[in-house]
Amino acid sequence: MIASYFVIIPLLSGFVLAMSGKRNKFAELVALITTSLLLFLSVLLFPLINASGTIFYQLSGWKVPYTISLVVDNLSAFVLFLVSLVAFFSTLYSIGYMRRFSSLSNYYGLLMLLIAGLNGVTITGDLFNLFVFMEVSLIATYALVAFQGEAEHYEAAFKYAILGSISSTLILFGIGCVYSATSSLTLMQISIKSAETPVLYLAYGFFLTGFGLKASMFPFHSWLPDAHPSAPSPVSAMLSGVLIKVLGAYAMIRVFFMVFQKSSLVLETLLVFGAITMVVGAIMAFGQNDIKRMLGFSSVSQMGYIIFALGLGTPLGILGAIYHMLNHAVLKGTLFLDAGAIEMSEGTRDLEKMTGKSDQTVYVSTLMASMGISGVPPFGGFFSKLVIIMAAIYSGKYIYALIALAVSVITLTYYLKMLKKAFPSTGDAKIPSSMKSVLIIMSLLTLITAILFIPSIREVTLDKVVDCVTNREVYSQLFMAGGN
Amino acid sequence: MAEKHSGMTLIVKTITRFTVWLILLYGIFLMIHGHLTPGGGFVGGLVVALSFIHMKLAFGKKGPVKGSGKTFLHALDSSGALLFLGIGVAAFFAGLPFLSNFLPKGKLFDLFSAGTIPILNFAIMLKVGAAIFLVFIALNLYEHGSKAGNSEDSKNEKREGE
Amino acid sequence: MGLYLLSFILFLVGLYGVLTKANIVKIILGSGIMGYAVNLFLILIAYRSGGTFPILLPGKDPGLMVDPLPQALVLTSIVIELGTTALLVALAVNIHKHYGTLNVRKVRRLKG
Repeated sequence: MIASYFVIIPLLSGFVLAMSGKRNKFAELVALITTSLLLFLSVLLFPLINASGTIFYQLSGWKVPYTISLVVDNLSAFVLFLVSLVAFFSTLYSIGYMRRFSSLSNYYGLLMLLIAGLNGVTITGDLFNLFVFMEVSLIATYALVAFQGEAEHYEAAFKYAILGSISSTLILFGIGCVYSATSSLTLMQISIKSAETPVLYLAYGFFLTGFGLKASMFPFHSWLPDAHPSAPSPVSAMLSGVLIKVLGAYAMIRVFFMVFQKSSLVLETLLVFGAITMVVGAIMAFGQNDIKRMLGFSSVSQMGYIIFALGLGTPLGILGAIYHMLNHAVLKGTLFLDAGAIEMSEGTRDLEKMTGKSDQTVYVSTLMASMGISGVPPFGGFFSKLVIIMAAIYSGKYIYALIALAVSVITLTYYLKMLKKAFPSTGDAKIPSSMKSVLIIMSLLTLITAILFIPSIREVTLDKVVDCVTNREVYSQLFMAGGN
Repeated sequence: MAEKHSGMTLIVKTITRFTVWLILLYGIFLMIHGHLTPGGGFVGGLVVALSFIHMKLAFGKKGPVKGSGKTFLHALDSSGALLFLGIGVAAFFAGLPFLSNFLPKGKLFDLFSAGTIPILNFAIMLKVGAAIFLVFIALNLYEHGSKAGNSEDSKNEKREGE
Repeated sequence: MGLYLLSFILFLVGLYGVLTKANIVKIILGSGIMGYAVNLFLILIAYRSGGTFPILLPGKDPGLMVDPLPQALVLTSIVIELGTTALLVALAVNIHKHYGTLNVRKVRRLKG
């Protein structure tokens, strides 16, 4: 029953907000209550899963091949926690940041729909339902990208919507192929049946292209640096922080590692294109002057790390990918929120025109997050990159390890450039206290994530997620056992 | 012929006065028989919305349906979705999973049977009818400063239970 | 098999429209064609030779019906496409308002 709350609560508050008209205070209150409730519930999931195993919930009173099921295993719980964390801080930040816009209830309503879609993708146990929730979150995203209502925002949203609809069509084609090959849409049943019929290469191709487009993998990365900076800053944090991870990386992990049999062709593709993605993103980010656009290219580059680590296919590589998902969500969330604060006090996003009016708090938190994302030791980002590079070395891919190391250095360079240009002196422009507190907590989180690397803590957190990914049998046995 | 810029010619207006009721009734018919024959909430809602759009096209801005009912349509739109969710949640109180059919199912092929499904169809009809008409209004009578893209995105949610 | 290939070719026609046309309305139509192609594909994989429509009527044998599940999927995907298309059209209206053109080659305020 707790699994279905993750979709019901944000949908409910989304529709209540859509009805509420111009009551801005009410909209903020409802959104804040919803996201904090979701955060609380997602934390509550961990002891529940520890105590009673995977939560398996069948909707509408039917049994599993005939109905939609919700499955919360360790991987889902982890990603749910990620979504709820970034969503909570984005909402808290929005209260200070979004006051200058009108029609706030529309904004919060769309944000709630986005969260509902992401949660749905994360917990669903049905292939087609995954597609539906993906579309729910994407359509909310298209509207949010265009929310600020300037010419270039509409342009970015249009570009994003067209590419998104192409990738959705490809995914639906893939779903058709899978259904015709296995005559099932329940993910767990497919994972049993696909062991018998390994010839699903057509579906692999469709899914790889579709999810790759959503994860901004190399040939399809061009929409991200347009779309993510065009959204309001808290939404950019949501998009870069969790949306590309849930729709891209999480969906890839679920489909290619847990449902289909491990195919060396897919892994090879992920490895090569992930490596290209991280190089291309880093090189493109180097030449940018728009601060949020640079962060967008940096997201492309970091997604390259995650895809590359998945392509290694070893348990250590998966650990690196999952750990980097967490770190990147926190770090890129912080950086986009910082960029919003800088934009608010400077009045511009152009690095050349900045005069250093920003607050001391913004400076410190930007510094911490930049250091974290470029992999400087005490921060979480360092350890996840370390794990990824170690995984590459252990599986004998020395050249790739070298590339990952080099990209990390390039990352440090362009973040240092950003820091130098954005903060020449310490200013004293005031930002609202709700925004300030979010920045402080988020930048502390960039340090706290490093704790997960300590082996005894890692065993009870990240290693469980990795176990969940690598043990396909456990996932398919859920189907045999039945639920409720 | 075009002395007034409101709507189409007299012939169209006169015919519309008769046909619009038929279209509306047909939409409701499709919705009510949704659990027995092809149709259901989505199709019924579309046809209901078409009847209003028909009226709007024939009579123009000064027609019987005023353009200022937008807030009411928004409320209708959201209440359809909330009704759907509410029926889904009501199953919790009967001790069943989300969206379970907790009402007596009646006899097969009866008009009043199938438990909650006709109510869900009604909710979908509200949602779809209001949303399609809102999209039409937003795109047709485009006002400056209004965001046209906000109402239609929520349309997908109601089918997720199926 | 040939029919599946034909529906994939229809998809490619839509993709061609999206990628090469300059007019925004034509791009939206292209994305619509892609959607129809995938719907056609789903309907085709549900077909079985000699099957009838999958609606239970009094005195009808359920064993002879075609697979109803992909048809339900198609209904849902039509709804989703409707939402996406409405959003795309709304964006196109706004783009026309701000740029004064529907030619994507002139809609280039974003660098890169």
